[in-house]
Amino acid sequence: MLKLSRYVLYDILRNKIVIAYTLFLLLVSFSMFRMEDNSSKAQLSLLTIVLIVLPLVSLVFTTIHYYNSYEFIELMLSQPLSRTKILLSEYAGVCLSLLSAFWIGVGVPVLLFSADATGFALLFTGSALTIVFTSIAFYTSVRSKDKARGIGFALLLWFYFALIYDGLVLLTLYAFSDYPMEKFTLLLSALNPIDLGRIFIMLKMDISVLMGYTGALYKDFFGSGTGVLFTTGIMLLWALIPLWLALRSFRRKDM
Amino acid sequence: MIRIEEISKKFRRLQALDHISVRFTEGQVVALIGPNGSGKTTLIKSVLGMVRPDSGRIFVKDQPVSGDPSYREHIGYMPQIGRYPDNMKVGQLFDMMQKIRNREHTDTDLLYKFNIPAIYEKPMRTLSGGTRQKVSAALAFLFDPSILILDEPTAGLDPLSTEILKEKIQKEKKKNKLILITSHVLSDLEELTTHIMYLQDGKLQFFKDFETLQEETGELRLSKAIARVMQGFEPASEWIDELFDVHPKGKQQDKKK
Amino acid sequence: MKLFLTFFLCSLTQLATARTLLVGPAESIRSLQKAFALAADGDTIRLRQGIYKEGTLQLTKSITLLGENYPVLEGEKKFEILHISGKNITIRGIHFRNSGYSAMNDFASIKLVDGSHITLDQNIVSNAYFAIHVSNCTYVHIRNNRITGIPASEQMTGNGIHLWKSSHATIENNVIKGHRDGIYFEFVTSSFIRNNHSENNIRYGLHFMFSNDDSYMQNRFINNGAGVAVMYSKRVRMEKNHFEENWGASAYGILLKDITDSHILQNVFMKNTVGIFMEGSSRMEITRNRFLNNGWAMKIQASCDDNLFHYNNFTGNSFDVGTNGTMVLNRFENNYWDKYDGYDMNKDGIGDVPYHPVSMYSVIVEQNPTTLILFRSFMVSLLDRAEKAIPSLTPEHLIDNKPMMKMLRL
Repeated sequence: MLKLSRYVLYDILRNKIVIAYTLFLLLVSFSMFRMEDNSSKAQLSLLTIVLIVLPLVSLVFTTIHYYNSYEFIELMLSQPLSRTKILLSEYAGVCLSLLSAFWIGVGVPVLLFSADATGFALLFTGSALTIVFTSIAFYTSVRSKDKARGIGFALLLWFYFALIYDGLVLLTLYAFSDYPMEKFTLLLSALNPIDLGRIFIMLKMDISVLMGYTGALYKDFFGSGTGVLFTTGIMLLWALIPLWLALRSFRRKDM
Repeated sequence: MIRIEEISKKFRRLQALDHISVRFTEGQVVALIGPNGSGKTTLIKSVLGMVRPDSGRIFVKDQPVSGDPSYREHIGYMPQIGRYPDNMKVGQLFDMMQKIRNREHTDTDLLYKFNIPAIYEKPMRTLSGGTRQKVSAALAFLFDPSILILDEPTAGLDPLSTEILKEKIQKEKKKNKLILITSHVLSDLEELTTHIMYLQDGKLQFFKDFETLQEETGELRLSKAIARVMQGFEPASEWIDELFDVHPKGKQQDKKK
Repeated sequence: MKLFLTFFLCSLTQLATARTLLVGPAESIRSLQKAFALAADGDTIRLRQGIYKEGTLQLTKSITLLGENYPVLEGEKKFEILHISGKNITIRGIHFRNSGYSAMNDFASIKLVDGSHITLDQNIVSNAYFAIHVSNCTYVHIRNNRITGIPASEQMTGNGIHLWKSSHATIENNVIKGHRDGIYFEFVTSSFIRNNHSENNIRYGLHFMFSNDDSYMQNRFINNGAGVAVMYSKRVRMEKNHFEENWGASAYGILLKDITDSHILQNVFMKNTVGIFMEGSSRMEITRNRFLNNGWAMKIQASCDDNLFHYNNFTGNSFDVGTNGTMVLNRFENNYWDKYDGYDMNKDGIGDVPYHPVSMYSVIVEQNPTTLILFRSFMVSLLDRAEKAIPSLTPEHLIDNKPMMKMLRL
């Protein structure tokens, strides 16, 4: 498998979009840290990048890459390689190149300017979200044969996870404001990887506010060892389940 | 070498393959012909394991294609459209193939005749369609496989390269290999073909060797013989015109997948 | 001249008669109780190193008690150790240990009742219920003491330095840890609390009630259960204090309740759940403070009026200002808010568009605290932006009309 993913990785690392993406991240991160008086405000801007831009780029880039590699995947299928191996190689290639773009573009500036707990939480969440959304995009691309529909669906998913889901949570919390909803919200947060990542960073960034009111419950849960395990575990599931579904449907798929 | 038993495949409403059974053996050069959408590509893809038939079984050298992918070691495949990762260099592609097969390049005939080593440092995206076809062809023959599957091999190739490729096919034929070729253009295949397989609407209309065909029809030339046979069917008239087109080179190939 | 001579002679006799008594295991006087009985006004008692178990000691004479190398007065978890009432008394360099607990009386290691001009200096108090308990005294100086309790429940632990109905007290350079309230003031006037360190107390670092005309400055209040509470008082100056890491559902840097005509100057509020919580307070000036990384820099209830907030720095706070109403009778001016994204066309250092310190989301969280889980989400920032464009939920008049473009040098 490594044989193949090495070449896929080599190809994508030279991809113009990936290079542009890396430079964009690098430019934004550096200018944030340079422009702002305090690094916490820069971290706040980076939070938006990590929670919004990263999933979007991961979804769209993965989808486009998959459809552009369609014929190449076909050619690989004519070789004595199993389908699982081929898809995993593609996945590893895309994932690693997006991760390296993130580590260069955001990781380096964060390590240089604010290597604190919040900074590391940002890097952890960014990496996790990249992996998760690459998985999800692989699944949706394998499922739909048409490129335009695939990209459309990727955008829809992004819109859902980044915005609509939170709107629904807010409405739910208002509708049931008379009931104790804390535990339920913990469950809700696990159903959206972006929310999970956001809360993970918030625990470092907004520890003070989380200590008040019901926030203390969130802090107690996510801040504890169990919470960290929970976060990591759920993120892992978010990465593995779509990937597994993608593999399953790729194995049955007619090219 | 290839045994196809009763395979059927349906894509939504289209019956791409309809109970097809056929057997290909060593030394055959089979021309797989039929109008667009007749199931040629689906058949090839089924043999390569890219399409999973709804029913029926396929064996390559007695290995079922639904199982272990190792049977594909015996197959060299040249796709209709060769697209490769944009930033991969030509040399890397050959490198990668060698690593995947875990074998040395044993048959570098086409590689050198097409002068591919000269473009080893070029990224794939800079290559013209014709050059990519040459790369695809060279890859198909590279590991000296006993089965060759060529999907519209001459499409997009210049006349000189077409000749080189035909010579190569001729040479491999003598090595007692099984060669499957799909083509729109019969005149290209005239001197190579030993067997004709004609598909229409997913059904196998006939599979005969050239001599039998000649005897049955009294025609010596392949194209004429087929034309005679087909008077018995109801083929799409347009496709017949295309089939007999003597100057097909300028024609743009249909990019069906 | 005659008067001077008389005065001179008097002081000379005083000098001549003032004695120093030595108390210790190897001295002729072995117990402090005996020394107190023998001593006369103006005498000095030197207590040698050792452990003394003498139950409750009563001191009413004007003497100076000096410990050598911290002799221990042991309360055996049964007794109040030292009970003082009188004037011109100094206690220095003694270690008070294990005083008793009583649910009925406020047992203390050192209890001062009806005294004046009493100095407690450089003492150590450990494992006390109440450490130093002062009632009905004037001119008490409590300085350089180290007070460490074992934090148990709120009922089982008393206050570190407790003052009731006193005036002209000075509380200085003390370290107080692990008590109920670090420093407690009730009906104490004209007093100073300066340069103390109050940390890890169960309830408040400083608890301050019905005490007018006091000031506290340069103190550090860190990680106390509920921060600092200042209530029902007038004319209080709060200056150059540090309020840090007071975390919890009802923890505040300072809780201000019914405070009027007071000043909050040059303090630092860092990493508190709420920096300042203000209720029923008016005519306050809050200026030149730094609010850093708090959950809410300030929560100002609608019951506050006529307060002025100016020249403060607000940086890295999750929310700048929270409020429970829409009526605003307070003024905000010339503060620096790091969330301000306006412009300054005429380059006078003051932003040209006003800043709204109350974000839409802080109003939502106020109404429905569970929604805190959505903080920092894309949707919330869109809501906040929409609200900035067309204010509907947030108090329209709670604005800083002259927000500073650059952080103030404080």
